[in-house]
Amino acid sequence: MPTVSFTRALERFLPAPSTVVEGTTVGAALAAVFVTRPALRGYVLDDQGALRRHVAVYVNGRLVDDRTGLTDPVGLHDEIYVFQALSGG
Amino acid sequence: MADRLHVATRKGLFELVRGNGTWEVADVQFLGDPVSAVLADADGAVYAALDLGHFGAKLWRRDPAGAWQELASPAFPPKPPDADGDPHPWSLGKIWVLEGGGVAGHLWAGTMPGGLFRSDDGGESWSLNEALWHMPERRRWSGVAGGEQPGIDSVLVDPRNPADIRIGVSTAGVWASTDGGISWRNINRGMYAEYMPPELREEPIAQDVHRLARCTGYPEIVWCQHHNGVFRSEDGGVTWYELTAIRPSKFGFAVAAHPRDPDTAWFVPAVKDERRIPVDGKVVVARTRDGGQSFEVLRKGLPQHHAYDLVWRHALAVDASGERLAFGSTSGGLWVSEDGGDSWTMPEARLPPIAAVRFAAS
Repeated sequence: MPTVSFTRALERFLPAPSTVVEGTTVGAALAAVFVTRPALRGYVLDDQGALRRHVAVYVNGRLVDDRTGLTDPVGLHDEIYVFQALSGG
Repeated sequence: MADRLHVATRKGLFELVRGNGTWEVADVQFLGDPVSAVLADADGAVYAALDLGHFGAKLWRRDPAGAWQELASPAFPPKPPDADGDPHPWSLGKIWVLEGGGVAGHLWAGTMPGGLFRSDDGGESWSLNEALWHMPERRRWSGVAGGEQPGIDSVLVDPRNPADIRIGVSTAGVWASTDGGISWRNINRGMYAEYMPPELREEPIAQDVHRLARCTGYPEIVWCQHHNGVFRSEDGGVTWYELTAIRPSKFGFAVAAHPRDPDTAWFVPAVKDERRIPVDGKVVVARTRDGGQSFEVLRKGLPQHHAYDLVWRHALAVDASGERLAFGSTSGGLWVSEDGGDSWTMPEARLPPIAAVRFAAS
């Protein structure tokens, strides 16, 4: 099953430990995390369910293509990383 | 008189407490994070809205016992397919203003991109005011100068009747509901917009209402700092007349209304419009005590030499006594007056840029 890991920057606001979940797409894997940690959803996704503009998601080191539908496929042993995009000041 | 002051800054929420005649920082929360709005509610709770660059707008509450907890954030419903022509996003940008709803636990949140949200449970859950959001005219709301999204900057709840609400929008004029938000009307008449073509100058929806302030004791008295002037209404925001006596300039963002005296209000004028600095590099407060017929320029204790502090919409406040005032600037300047603005002192702190100040409710 894929593993979802989050930027340590989130720890200032709420717990966001790495989690092994079921799911064959980025969206399904994230949704599985949010079932147990619903407060995390609003930090990663916007009101319409798309990735927040300044959040970057990688699958095995590759930036995902679909930031709104979250349909990028993930395999059983894939690593999904949720990071901050470099921005701000 | 209020002895506590909450200061929302680009790098955290600061609480100042008055002791031995001076104001000192007593508590800091969310250090390093932008705080876009703060509310000290009548029930003793404090609400803080964060505007996190990466992770969106968040909302926290401190209960009267002092414990902070994160609440649900206001969220827009799923955007339907027939809303494709909407020029504004269905996604919360920033919580710009928080106000008590006049009933325990009731709150209003004015946001960018123009959504008005309500909570009836002390911020635990929020719902979009769909009546306002779905009005066809809302698509004609335009962006705040320097930004693309319209924002609700002011929410005035009539202290006599919590169902009677006025909101100020930058940029869409003044809107009213007299049925608790079931229906809305764009009510303002008498303002004019120098930044519009002549034929649209007096369009109610084209008016850039930087900030509204209402006299608690006489709620029909409403003051407005507009993009190109200051205005006063004596009928709850319907009819406005310009206060041309304002000095040293008519541009600015903030306004505060005396809680009991219907003829007293304070403004913090600046050089319009793209420059946005104090006139002649001197920080001053303009006060009227005769309904806007004349203004005094108050400067005692304020920097008068190469000072470039700009004061945002929500960064001027008066307490329930009408004697204590505070304002904060984009340069992190913070000044407090205990004599209605006659003189000002600066607490010992160099703060980050200030978005909002609020006195504690009691």
